[in-house]
Amino acid sequence: MIRPDRGLGLALRYVAAVAATLIFIFPIYWLFMISFKTPDEIFASPPVWWPESIQFANYGVLFKDGDVLTIWNSVVIASVSTLLAMVLGTMCAYSIARYRTGGNFFSDWLLSNRMVPPIVIVFPVFLLFVKVGLVDSYAGLILLYTAFNLPYVVWMMRGYIQDIPLELEESALVDGCTRWQVFIKVVLPMARSGFFATAVFTFVFAWNEFIFALVLTRAEVTTFPVQVTHYFGGQSNFWAKIAAMSVLGTVPIFIAVTLLQRYLVRGISLGAVKG
Amino acid sequence: MGRLTIEGVQKHYGKVHALKGVDLDIAEGEFCVFVGPSGCGKSTLLRCIAGLEEIDGGRVKIDGEPVEGLRPRDRNVAMVFQNYALYPYLSVFENIAFGLRARKAPEAEIQTRVARAARMLGLEAFLERKPKELSGGQRQRVAIGRAVVRDARLFLFDEPLSNLDAQLRDGMRAEIKRLHQEIGKTTVYVTHDQIEAMTLADRIVLLRDGRIEQQGAPLDLFERPATRFVAGFLGSPQMNFIPCRVSNGALAFEDGRTLPLPRPAAEGRSLLLGLRPEHLSRAVDGDPRPRLPVEIDLVQPTGARTYAQFRLGGVEATAELPAHAVERPGARIDLAADMDRAHLFDPETGAALRD
Repeated sequence: MIRPDRGLGLALRYVAAVAATLIFIFPIYWLFMISFKTPDEIFASPPVWWPESIQFANYGVLFKDGDVLTIWNSVVIASVSTLLAMVLGTMCAYSIARYRTGGNFFSDWLLSNRMVPPIVIVFPVFLLFVKVGLVDSYAGLILLYTAFNLPYVVWMMRGYIQDIPLELEESALVDGCTRWQVFIKVVLPMARSGFFATAVFTFVFAWNEFIFALVLTRAEVTTFPVQVTHYFGGQSNFWAKIAAMSVLGTVPIFIAVTLLQRYLVRGISLGAVKG
Repeated sequence: MGRLTIEGVQKHYGKVHALKGVDLDIAEGEFCVFVGPSGCGKSTLLRCIAGLEEIDGGRVKIDGEPVEGLRPRDRNVAMVFQNYALYPYLSVFENIAFGLRARKAPEAEIQTRVARAARMLGLEAFLERKPKELSGGQRQRVAIGRAVVRDARLFLFDEPLSNLDAQLRDGMRAEIKRLHQEIGKTTVYVTHDQIEAMTLADRIVLLRDGRIEQQGAPLDLFERPATRFVAGFLGSPQMNFIPCRVSNGALAFEDGRTLPLPRPAAEGRSLLLGLRPEHLSRAVDGDPRPRLPVEIDLVQPTGARTYAQFRLGGVEATAELPAHAVERPGARIDLAADMDRAHLFDPETGAALRD
């Protein structure tokens, strides 16, 4: 039995929790503050903790120059590649989990593909993309991110699907479902938490990915992480733009995680304890 | 509708030969129970009927129509699983309606049928609940509801009561029997519990090692077991098997005690005497039955009856006596043996000796 903390123990626990929260929140707070400051305030010493007036000028510039389009690019590329990887990966995982497709070690082999550092393949991929005309296109990055995320999706979803009692599927088969209906009506709802948890990680990978995006895009489909690096100059760094752009880049992730939060926690801890 | 014919069915799992040619004919409306120890092939046979396992040889026919090649959904059977197999994300109503929706039944028909099944199983108050809000017994009732709601040709039950506690199990057993009497559908029921088999079945099919050991009406199997295995499997406490030899027209045990021969056997032949504990009672004066003097070495009262153990012919044997018949070990008493109901088995083959 776990005894609830009382008195000093409880107080210490709270202090530790608050301290940890502050440490993690501080960079986010600082990022937001910089994005609202004037240039003078950004470089002021001692630092300005709260700007005198909230400035939206830094954001205005991004919208005026069209830099925010790169966030749209990232949204399109990350969403579509996540959707594709989840759909294909989950079907593949079901096949591996229930039919042993590819033998006993197929999913291990798949996962080993994910262990290849991107830098190793980025130039071969670049040359290939030049040949087939996929450089600087949505399709190119979507294809690459889908391929790169598939092993992870297959590996994770296979685990979640294996945890679904076989009887549930068999019962549906006897009740009149086809295999396809079993997948849609039983497997997907049963693996829902794991599905969304995996989708969030897949999305975040595609969202943050830098090296492929840097090498494989020019001006048409520049993604948000690549765009931010444009603000680091030889002479000076545009901290205000960097901060404003980063804040805008955090928003979609924040929305996605907030919406899926209840699945996320269950999905990550699923299978940890046999219920 | 609902006649099931199984002809020479074979099933292998890798090197394991799970079903070694099973033949069976189950009549329409019959309640047939497959019973046997773990690994005897009873669940495999049921799954072959459902179409969840493919057979390697033989035929499975429902109403004369071969179904070996058909998918489970095309066989039109309903199955209840040991672990209920309820969908946790659906309400009780939707769980029961699942099979109807999968077959795209009209909404009005779904409403009527689910309502009827719920009324039959006393689930009307729980239709909006999720399975996790139900007790084990209620969950199993929902699982049965899923089966009865459909107009299936066969009902298949795979150890449906194994997850329930003993008290609930007795209640559900009676409910399943009543349900079968009401609906009258052909039912195949798998269990390892011989009491369930005896109480529910019109016919028991006792499987051993992938083959049918014996089949017939419950009391038939109980009173006329074809082999030592059947005799030992049915009945609790188990039948006593005592090695003996035919000597001077009587059964002689190795300790010198004797009992009369229940049926003719060749002089000098080694045999196993099979005598159920309830066919040994405390001898009273004037009882015409043969007497057996024994020394009780273990007393196990169960309330209504007391099981008394003693040694006979080099093995431990049990007599089922009235509650206070023997109070403590060490007592020397005379038992009366009901030799009319005794069985003789060949010690090598296990086959019963018939008249």
